[in-house]
This record gives sequence, C-alpha cells and structure tokens, in this order.
Amino acid sequence: MTVRRVQGSEVEYGIAVQGQPHANPMVASTHVVNAYASAHGLTRRARWDFEEESPLRDARGFDLSREVADPSQLTDEDLGLANIILTNGARLYVDHAHPEYSSPEVTNPLDVVRWEKAGERVMLRGAELAAQIPSTAPIVLYKNNIDNKGASYGSHENYLMRRDVPFESIVKHLTPFFVSRPVICGAGRVGQKQDGSVHAFQLAQRADYMEVGVGLETTLKRPIINTRDEPHADAKKYRRLHVIIGDANCSEVAIYLKHGTTSLVLAMVEAGFLGRGIALARPVEALHDISHDPTLQALVELDDGSTMTALDIQEHYLERARAFVEQNGSDEQTDDVLARWQSILDRLRRDPAECARELDWVAKLQLLEQYRERDALDWDHAKLHLVDLQYHDIRPEKGLYHRLVARDRIDRLLTDDAVTEAIGEPPHDTRAFFRGRCLSRFATDVAAASWDSVIFDLPGHDSLQRIPTMEPLRGTAEHVGALFDTSATATDLFRAITRR
Amino acid sequence: MAEQQHKSTKKSTEDETPVEPTAVDSEQKAKLDDDVDSILGDIDDVLEENAEEFVRSFVQKGGQ
Repeated sequence: MTVRRVQGSEVEYGIAVQGQPHANPMVASTHVVNAYASAHGLTRRARWDFEEESPLRDARGFDLSREVADPSQLTDEDLGLANIILTNGARLYVDHAHPEYSSPEVTNPLDVVRWEKAGERVMLRGAELAAQIPSTAPIVLYKNNIDNKGASYGSHENYLMRRDVPFESIVKHLTPFFVSRPVICGAGRVGQKQDGSVHAFQLAQRADYMEVGVGLETTLKRPIINTRDEPHADAKKYRRLHVIIGDANCSEVAIYLKHGTTSLVLAMVEAGFLGRGIALARPVEALHDISHDPTLQALVELDDGSTMTALDIQEHYLERARAFVEQNGSDEQTDDVLARWQSILDRLRRDPAECARELDWVAKLQLLEQYRERDALDWDHAKLHLVDLQYHDIRPEKGLYHRLVARDRIDRLLTDDAVTEAIGEPPHDTRAFFRGRCLSRFATDVAAASWDSVIFDLPGHDSLQRIPTMEPLRGTAEHVGALFDTSATATDLFRAITRR
Repeated sequence: MAEQQHKSTKKSTEDETPVEPTAVDSEQKAKLDDDVDSILGDIDDVLEENAEEFVRSFVQKGGQ
C-alpha cells in the first residue's frame, strides 16, 4: 500500500492581455509557448507527435496550425509551432484558448508538486518573454479554472492503473471520494452557479461545472468520473485514469494531498479492499451542496437513506486506508500523506481557519473575510472577485498566493532550488528521463516526441527512426543513463538502444 | 535528487507540529489585528486598480 504510482498533472492557465480585453487568447497563448520555446532552443523541430499509429513519414512536417486556430486569425508564421517538449519531459502547448503545461510522468505525489510548480515557473517565464516581443502588451496568466462568467478550463490529474480493474469499481469508489474531496483541495471561489450569478463563497472552482456522474466529455456536460481511455502505454496492461474534477491548486500541500489521497484510494480499489463501500444517492447534487457550504456541515444522502458530511466521507476513506496499511505495510511518503490527511480532517472539524497555511480555499476565504470585515463588503463586491482572481496570478509580485508565501503565511513542501532544478531536469525514475534527456542532449535530431515515443531524424537515414516508450517505468536514469553518458551523438544513442 | 526530496518531506513533517488553540488575551488580539492590517495593507498595494473594470474584463474561452 503506497502513494507511489505513475502519475502527473495538466494545468490550463487563464490568460489576459493587459489593456486588451478583446485580444485573441489563442494568439496570446501561442506567443507564451513560442517565446519560451525560442528562448530555450526548442523550436528547431521537436514537435508533439499526435499520429502515434500513422507511418513515420507522416510525422515529418506535421503541421499543428489547424489544431491551434483558424489560420486567418494568426499573423505570425511561427504561430503554428505552439506545441513543444521541454527538457524536463513536460509538454508545453496551446489547448483550446489556454496555454497548458502537462507535467512529466512522476512516481509519487511530492514529485507531482515539484514538476507542477516547475510548470508555473515555465509559464511565468513564457509570459515575460512574450512581453518582449515588439508591439505585444504584457500577458498575465492565472492558475485558476474559471472566469466566473460561465467559462471553465481544466486542471487534470492522471494516474496509471492496472487495466484488469473493472471500471465499475473505479466509478463506485471514486465518486463519493471525489464529491467530498473539495474540503481539502478546493481552490475557493467567490460565486455560485456556473455564471457566478449567486453571490456567495464556495470551496471548489470546478464543482458547478460538473453536470453528470460518468462520461467522456471534458468541455461540456463535464462528468465527475471521466471515461477517456488513452493509456499512453501498453493498453493491455494499463489504463490511465483521467481526472477532470479537480481545481488548479496553488498550495503545495493541497496538490500533494490531492494526488496522495487519490493514489491511496486507487490502491485500495485495485486491491478490491473497499468492498461494498458507500454510495451517494445523488452525486452531482451532493458535490454542489458540499462545495457551497464552507462551514462543512452540509449533509448529503447515501443510497441507503442515511446522511454524511464531506468530512465523514473523507474520514471513511482515511480509516479504510489506515486499515489497508496495517495489513500491507507502507513507506515514508505514504505515512506522511496519511498523517497530514488525518491532521487536516481533524482541524477542519474543529475550525477550518486552522488550515489556512495549507489549503487554498481556507487561505483565500480568510483574506476575503478580512476584507469583508475591514471594508464592510457584501459578496457581490468587485473587490472580493478581484481577490479571488488575483490569488491565482502567477507573478510573484502580484499574485496573492505568492504574497502570502512571501509573508510566511503558507506552508511549503519544497525549496525554491528543488523547483528551479525541475524546470530543466526530468524525473529520473520514469520514461520522462529518456524523453527529457533526448531533448537536452540531441534536440536538433529529435523530429517529434510524445508520451510513448521519441522520433529521431538522423543524418544519413531517409526515414525517421522511432523509439517507442510504452512502459512508463522504463527509460529511467538507472536504465538508460549510462547510454547518454557514452553516446556523443544521437546516432550513437540510437545504435546503442537498438543493439540491446 | 531523491535525497533532496527526501529532506524536504522530512522537514515539512517536522514543521507540522499541531498548533494548540490558546486563549487570546487582549494584547495578542491587538497583535493579530495589526498583523491582519499589515497583510491587507500589503495586498492593497498589489491589487489591480479599478476592481470592477478588471474583473468585468476577465473573460475566458472555455477549455477542458
């Protein structure tokens, strides 16, 4: 029993061009990505390889522009390239009308925090560099999920699971867990209903955008459990659970617990440990009720007619996890997640304000309440909406989360140095190491890459050479590190790999 | 890298000694109020001007 599992996160950032509310967000997003790419020598050719099943020849010259935007909206010839792989193994690109950072695959929740935080720094740098483009207004990015006028954009988690686990049991056990999880990993929101027309605080940014229990969609009729099934790995062995219900968290502890507690529940689902479990009578309604009640007293109905609060439901999963660990053992990070989970639930029961150093929604609510008291503001006041929005501004000098960190009002899990290193360095214990090292060592020879392959364009070869990476735990530093040390060129590396 | 992360995990665990609720006397209360004032003062300094206009103009296209 462990929180260790191949996982990662994807964050779509809100984007605004200062002084130009009608600026095209696709163009602005593309500027952010391309500015970062060109400043880091990543524009030569390495592109994201969408066409995993098509002949290699098709990968050469793949043109992304149609994916990004209607060409008529784009003025810069280079705009079509906004989809790159970073030397840390992450993907940086434009998704819909938002810049997105998909973290490299990591093996544990603390590493999710580290490489997701590195992504914030990548985005910040991209925005700074884009502002240097002549005649470009400053671009501001927000690590949030809503505009409070009806639009929402995602912050997704991905977990590798065993394929042989019945999907029904995933749905059954994850639904009550996800519905109650906003008490820990909600990012806080001023406004209820999708368009924010009800003036009140709620725990989660995404809750009101979840409209159905289970489904394939991610952009409309969003489901609590998403059924997208692209494993990006050997589909006979693995499933990738794609989680779309979560908020974009600024707090490191919230990101850590979001991934840590979810990993534990998945471990219990895989082991068949949760038995009958609990089931909610009306999950979507329960999610909204829980999110709309910052006192955490809301009761939601179970299928047997009894009721529980979100804290009761979380406690149920925590107790089961403790029992599972007693039977099966654990490890240091698992023990840490369990201890923090218990501590947070205990303090949320006493007084949520006790968690202001750890949880985004509590930190944000505390600020809002202080403004309400000092300036006698009602929940419909623009200043409170501004505090909500600006909490997520990723600029250290302007973002309110960052201002709280600077005043030592928020707990950290990582040093700045650890995050800085992760901007350029891939995790060493997944295939992201191979992908990242290929980019840092041989960028000019990499034609394309994706989660499950790196495609080389080698001198003297007419066709492209593809190295599949279907096993997320192969291609690690231990596995291929020595090959990079002994290969002077991409051709050397390719020969060494294909000889094995 | 592994060692560095190991250290940070441990550090954060040590840091997390539960804070026992204590009776807040008037002196402490005044100090807390000062603290809140200074945080809000700091945030007042960085908040975007014209909150209404700023919030109204933050319009996003939907994503995933």
